[in-house]
Amino acid sequence: MHARPVSANLPFVQTYEADGWSALGDQTRRAIFTRLADRPSAVGDLARELPVSRPAVSQHLKVLKDAGLVLDRRRGTRRIYQLNPKGIAALRADLDRFWGKALVAYKAAVEQSTKEDS
Amino acid sequence: MSTQAAETSVRNDVVVEAPIERAFSVFTDDIDSWWPREYNLLEVDIAERTFEPREGGQIYDRGVDGSECHWARVLAYEPPNRIVFSWDISPRWEIEADPAKTSEVEVRFVAESPQRTRVEVEHRNLDRHGEGWEGIHASVSTEGGWAYTLQSFAARIQT
Repeated sequence: MHARPVSANLPFVQTYEADGWSALGDQTRRAIFTRLADRPSAVGDLARELPVSRPAVSQHLKVLKDAGLVLDRRRGTRRIYQLNPKGIAALRADLDRFWGKALVAYKAAVEQSTKEDS
Repeated sequence: MSTQAAETSVRNDVVVEAPIERAFSVFTDDIDSWWPREYNLLEVDIAERTFEPREGGQIYDRGVDGSECHWARVLAYEPPNRIVFSWDISPRWEIEADPAKTSEVEVRFVAESPQRTRVEVEHRNLDRHGEGWEGIHASVSTEGGWAYTLQSFAARIQT
Protein backbone atom coordinates (compact mmCIF):
# COMPACT_ATOMS: atom_id res chain seq x y z
CA MET A 1 0.00 0.00 0.00
CA HIS A 2 2.90 2.35 0.65
CA ALA A 3 4.71 1.24 -2.50
CA ARG A 4 2.62 3.50 -4.69
CA PRO A 5 4.90 5.89 -6.58
CA VAL A 6 4.87 9.47 -5.53
CA SER A 7 4.74 11.87 -8.46
CA ALA A 8 7.88 13.85 -7.97
CA ASN A 9 7.78 15.20 -11.50
CA LEU A 10 4.13 15.91 -11.84
CA PRO A 11 3.58 17.61 -15.21
CA PHE A 12 1.60 20.35 -13.63
CA VAL A 13 0.95 23.54 -15.50
CA GLN A 14 0.16 26.43 -13.22
CA THR A 15 -1.19 28.76 -15.83
CA TYR A 16 -3.89 26.69 -17.39
CA GLU A 17 -6.61 28.69 -18.96
CA ALA A 18 -9.88 28.07 -17.21
CA ASP A 19 -10.79 25.80 -20.05
CA GLY A 20 -12.33 22.39 -19.67
CA TRP A 21 -10.78 20.90 -22.76
CA SER A 22 -7.27 21.90 -21.72
CA ALA A 23 -7.78 20.63 -18.21
CA LEU A 24 -8.65 17.22 -19.61
CA GLY A 25 -5.49 17.13 -21.70
CA ASP A 26 -3.71 15.37 -18.85
CA GLN A 27 -4.03 11.61 -18.47
CA THR A 28 -4.26 11.58 -14.68
CA ARG A 29 -6.89 14.29 -14.69
CA ARG A 30 -8.91 12.33 -17.21
CA ALA A 31 -8.69 9.32 -14.90
CA ILE A 32 -9.86 11.40 -11.94
CA PHE A 33 -12.60 12.92 -14.02
CA THR A 34 -13.81 9.51 -15.20
CA ARG A 35 -13.92 8.21 -11.62
CA LEU A 36 -15.90 11.23 -10.48
CA ALA A 37 -18.34 10.56 -13.31
CA ASP A 38 -18.90 7.14 -11.76
CA ARG A 39 -19.39 8.49 -8.25
CA PRO A 40 -18.59 11.50 -6.08
CA SER A 41 -15.41 10.90 -4.10
CA ALA A 42 -13.07 12.36 -1.53
CA VAL A 43 -9.38 13.03 -2.23
CA GLY A 44 -8.39 9.96 -0.22
CA ASP A 45 -10.70 7.69 -2.22
CA LEU A 46 -9.14 8.86 -5.49
CA ALA A 47 -5.58 8.56 -4.18
CA ARG A 48 -6.25 4.98 -3.17
CA GLU A 49 -7.53 4.06 -6.63
CA LEU A 50 -4.91 5.86 -8.70
CA PRO A 51 -1.12 5.57 -8.84
CA VAL A 52 -0.59 9.13 -7.67
CA SER A 53 -0.07 10.71 -4.30
CA ARG A 54 -2.75 12.44 -2.33
CA PRO A 55 -1.18 15.90 -2.78
CA ALA A 56 -1.02 15.23 -6.53
CA VAL A 57 -4.69 14.31 -6.59
CA SER A 58 -5.46 17.54 -4.74
CA GLN A 59 -3.52 19.54 -7.31
CA HIS A 60 -5.33 17.89 -10.20
CA LEU A 61 -8.68 18.45 -8.52
CA LYS A 62 -7.84 22.12 -8.19
CA VAL A 63 -7.18 22.36 -11.93
CA LEU A 64 -10.45 20.58 -12.70
CA LYS A 65 -12.28 22.82 -10.26
CA ASP A 66 -10.74 25.99 -11.71
CA ALA A 67 -11.82 24.83 -15.16
CA GLY A 68 -15.37 24.48 -13.90
CA LEU A 69 -15.43 20.74 -14.44
CA VAL A 70 -15.87 19.62 -10.86
CA LEU A 71 -17.49 20.94 -7.72
CA ASP A 72 -16.69 20.18 -4.12
CA ARG A 73 -18.83 20.27 -1.01
CA ARG A 74 -18.22 19.54 2.62
CA ARG A 75 -19.78 16.48 4.17
CA GLY A 76 -18.89 16.27 7.84
CA THR A 77 -15.13 16.41 8.01
CA ARG A 78 -14.68 15.28 4.42
CA ARG A 79 -14.69 17.24 1.21
CA ILE A 80 -16.51 15.41 -1.57
CA TYR A 81 -15.80 16.11 -5.23
CA GLN A 82 -18.28 15.56 -8.03
CA LEU A 83 -18.68 16.56 -11.66
CA ASN A 84 -20.05 20.01 -12.31
CA PRO A 85 -22.89 19.49 -14.80
CA LYS A 86 -22.63 23.08 -15.97
CA GLY A 87 -18.91 22.63 -16.52
CA ILE A 88 -19.48 19.72 -18.86
CA ALA A 89 -22.02 21.76 -20.71
CA ALA A 90 -19.36 24.41 -21.11
CA LEU A 91 -17.30 22.04 -23.21
CA ARG A 92 -20.10 21.90 -25.70
CA ALA A 93 -20.87 25.57 -25.42
CA ASP A 94 -17.71 26.50 -27.31
CA LEU A 95 -18.85 24.66 -30.45
CA ASP A 96 -22.40 25.76 -29.81
CA ARG A 97 -21.21 29.35 -29.97
CA PHE A 98 -19.14 28.68 -33.05
CA TRP A 99 -22.03 27.20 -35.04
CA GLY A 100 -24.43 29.88 -33.92
CA LYS A 101 -22.07 32.51 -35.23
CA ALA A 102 -21.17 30.62 -38.40
CA LEU A 103 -24.78 30.05 -39.41
CA VAL A 104 -25.74 33.67 -38.90
CA ALA A 105 -22.93 34.59 -41.31
CA TYR A 106 -23.98 31.79 -43.65
CA LYS A 107 -27.57 33.02 -43.75
CA ALA A 108 -26.41 36.52 -44.58
CA ALA A 109 -24.20 35.20 -47.38
CA VAL A 110 -26.95 33.05 -48.89
CA GLU A 111 -29.51 35.82 -48.84
CA GLN A 112 -27.05 38.36 -50.13
CA SER A 113 -26.21 36.23 -53.15
CA THR A 114 -29.91 35.56 -53.76
CA LYS A 115 -30.55 39.29 -53.93
CA GLU A 116 -27.64 39.86 -56.23
CA ASP A 117 -28.96 37.28 -58.65
CA SER A 118 -32.54 38.46 -58.66
CA MET B 1 -29.16 15.58 -10.98
CA SER B 2 -28.87 17.82 -13.97
CA THR B 3 -29.44 16.07 -17.25
CA GLN B 4 -27.88 18.53 -19.63
CA ALA B 5 -24.35 17.35 -19.22
CA ALA B 6 -24.05 14.15 -21.15
CA GLU B 7 -24.75 15.13 -24.72
CA THR B 8 -21.91 14.54 -27.10
CA SER B 9 -23.43 16.48 -29.99
CA VAL B 10 -24.31 20.03 -30.80
CA ARG B 11 -27.26 20.73 -33.07
CA ASN B 12 -28.18 23.91 -34.80
CA ASP B 13 -30.39 24.94 -37.64
CA VAL B 14 -31.17 28.01 -39.64
CA VAL B 15 -33.80 28.89 -42.24
CA VAL B 16 -32.58 30.81 -45.26
CA GLU B 17 -34.64 32.60 -47.89
CA ALA B 18 -33.16 30.81 -50.89
CA PRO B 19 -33.74 27.72 -53.01
CA ILE B 20 -32.14 24.52 -51.80
CA GLU B 21 -29.55 24.48 -54.61
CA ARG B 22 -28.38 27.95 -53.65
CA ALA B 23 -28.28 27.07 -49.96
CA PHE B 24 -26.13 24.04 -50.76
CA SER B 25 -23.74 25.82 -53.08
CA VAL B 26 -23.14 28.74 -50.72
CA PHE B 27 -22.37 26.32 -47.89
CA THR B 28 -19.85 24.41 -50.00
CA ASP B 29 -18.53 26.30 -53.04
CA ASP B 30 -18.78 29.68 -51.33
CA ILE B 31 -17.63 28.58 -47.88
CA ASP B 32 -15.01 31.30 -48.04
CA SER B 33 -17.72 33.96 -48.11
CA TRP B 34 -19.14 33.22 -44.68
CA TRP B 35 -17.09 30.80 -42.54
CA PRO B 36 -15.79 32.97 -39.69
CA ARG B 37 -12.30 34.08 -40.62
CA GLU B 38 -11.17 34.47 -37.04
CA TYR B 39 -11.25 30.68 -36.67
CA ASN B 40 -7.89 30.34 -38.31
CA LEU B 41 -5.41 27.62 -37.39
CA LEU B 42 -2.66 29.02 -39.60
CA GLU B 43 0.00 31.31 -38.27
CA VAL B 44 -0.74 33.84 -40.98
CA ASP B 45 -3.92 35.36 -42.36
CA ILE B 46 -6.07 33.20 -44.61
CA ALA B 47 -5.88 34.00 -48.30
CA GLU B 48 -8.42 31.42 -49.38
CA ARG B 49 -10.61 28.70 -47.94
CA THR B 50 -11.53 25.78 -50.19
CA PHE B 51 -14.21 23.09 -50.02
CA GLU B 52 -13.42 20.26 -52.44
CA PRO B 53 -16.85 19.20 -53.72
CA ARG B 54 -16.58 15.43 -53.64
CA GLU B 55 -16.48 12.55 -51.20
CA GLY B 56 -12.85 12.10 -50.24
CA GLY B 57 -12.18 15.79 -50.78
CA GLN B 58 -10.93 18.14 -48.11
CA ILE B 59 -11.73 21.48 -46.63
CA TYR B 60 -8.61 23.53 -46.21
CA ASP B 61 -7.28 27.02 -45.72
CA ARG B 62 -4.38 28.52 -47.58
CA GLY B 63 -2.50 31.30 -45.87
CA VAL B 64 -1.13 34.44 -47.46
CA ASP B 65 2.34 32.84 -47.36
CA GLY B 66 1.16 29.71 -49.18
CA SER B 67 0.98 27.48 -46.10
CA GLU B 68 -2.04 25.20 -45.88
CA CYS B 69 -4.19 23.87 -43.09
CA HIS B 70 -6.34 20.85 -43.89
CA TRP B 71 -8.94 20.66 -41.16
CA ALA B 72 -11.73 18.51 -42.57
CA ARG B 73 -12.27 15.45 -44.76
CA VAL B 74 -15.42 15.32 -46.85
CA LEU B 75 -17.10 12.05 -45.90
CA ALA B 76 -20.33 12.46 -47.86
CA TYR B 77 -21.23 14.84 -50.66
CA GLU B 78 -24.83 14.58 -51.88
CA PRO B 79 -25.96 17.82 -53.54
CA PRO B 80 -28.28 19.48 -52.79
CA ASN B 81 -29.38 17.48 -49.75
CA ARG B 82 -26.56 16.50 -47.47
CA ILE B 83 -22.89 16.72 -46.65
CA VAL B 84 -20.82 15.14 -43.91
CA PHE B 85 -17.30 16.17 -43.04
CA SER B 86 -14.85 15.28 -40.32
CA TRP B 87 -13.77 17.87 -37.78
CA ASP B 88 -10.04 17.37 -37.46
CA ILE B 89 -9.71 20.13 -34.93
CA SER B 90 -8.96 19.46 -31.29
CA PRO B 91 -10.86 21.14 -28.48
CA ARG B 92 -7.93 23.55 -28.23
CA TRP B 93 -8.44 24.63 -31.83
CA GLU B 94 -5.39 22.80 -33.12
CA ILE B 95 -5.19 20.24 -35.90
CA GLU B 96 -5.94 16.72 -34.68
CA ALA B 97 -3.82 14.25 -36.63
CA ASP B 98 -5.44 11.11 -35.23
CA PRO B 99 -8.72 10.43 -37.07
CA ALA B 100 -9.90 8.35 -34.12
CA LYS B 101 -9.98 11.54 -32.08
CA THR B 102 -12.03 13.61 -34.49
CA SER B 103 -15.72 14.40 -34.49
CA GLU B 104 -17.94 14.90 -37.51
CA VAL B 105 -20.44 17.37 -38.85
CA GLU B 106 -23.54 16.44 -40.83
CA VAL B 107 -25.36 19.20 -42.70
CA ARG B 108 -28.82 18.53 -44.09
CA PHE B 109 -30.66 20.83 -46.49
CA VAL B 110 -34.44 20.63 -46.47
CA ALA B 111 -36.62 22.60 -48.90
CA GLU B 112 -39.45 24.23 -46.99
CA SER B 113 -40.67 25.93 -50.18
CA PRO B 114 -39.09 26.67 -53.57
CA GLN B 115 -37.59 29.82 -52.08
CA ARG B 116 -36.93 28.74 -48.51
CA THR B 117 -34.51 26.14 -47.14
CA ARG B 118 -33.91 24.84 -43.65
CA VAL B 119 -30.30 23.92 -42.95
CA GLU B 120 -29.68 21.55 -40.06
CA VAL B 121 -26.23 21.07 -38.60
CA GLU B 122 -25.37 18.23 -36.28
CA HIS B 123 -21.84 18.25 -34.88
CA ARG B 124 -21.55 14.84 -33.25
CA ASN B 125 -19.24 12.32 -31.62
CA LEU B 126 -17.65 15.07 -29.58
CA ASP B 127 -16.65 12.46 -27.03
CA ARG B 128 -14.04 11.19 -29.47
CA HIS B 129 -12.00 14.31 -28.79
CA GLY B 130 -11.16 13.27 -25.26
CA GLU B 131 -11.22 10.15 -23.16
CA GLY B 132 -12.45 12.09 -20.19
CA TRP B 133 -15.98 12.02 -21.40
CA GLU B 134 -16.39 8.27 -21.48
CA GLY B 135 -17.51 7.99 -17.92
CA ILE B 136 -20.15 10.64 -18.22
CA HIS B 137 -22.43 8.63 -20.40
CA ALA B 138 -22.66 5.87 -17.86
CA SER B 139 -23.66 8.10 -15.00
CA VAL B 140 -25.71 10.96 -16.32
CA SER B 141 -29.02 10.69 -18.07
CA THR B 142 -28.96 12.28 -21.49
CA GLU B 143 -32.57 13.37 -21.66
CA GLY B 144 -33.15 17.06 -22.06
CA GLY B 145 -29.86 17.91 -23.72
CA TRP B 146 -31.19 18.41 -27.21
CA ALA B 147 -34.12 20.46 -26.14
CA TYR B 148 -31.89 22.75 -24.19
CA THR B 149 -29.49 23.28 -27.07
CA LEU B 150 -32.20 23.89 -29.64
CA GLN B 151 -33.92 26.36 -27.39
CA SER B 152 -30.77 28.35 -26.92
CA PHE B 153 -30.19 28.39 -30.66
CA ALA B 154 -33.72 29.41 -31.41
CA ALA B 155 -33.31 32.30 -29.02
CA ARG B 156 -30.02 33.32 -30.59
CA ILE B 157 -31.16 33.16 -34.17
CA GLN B 158 -34.33 35.12 -33.53
CA THR B 159 -32.40 38.02 -32.07
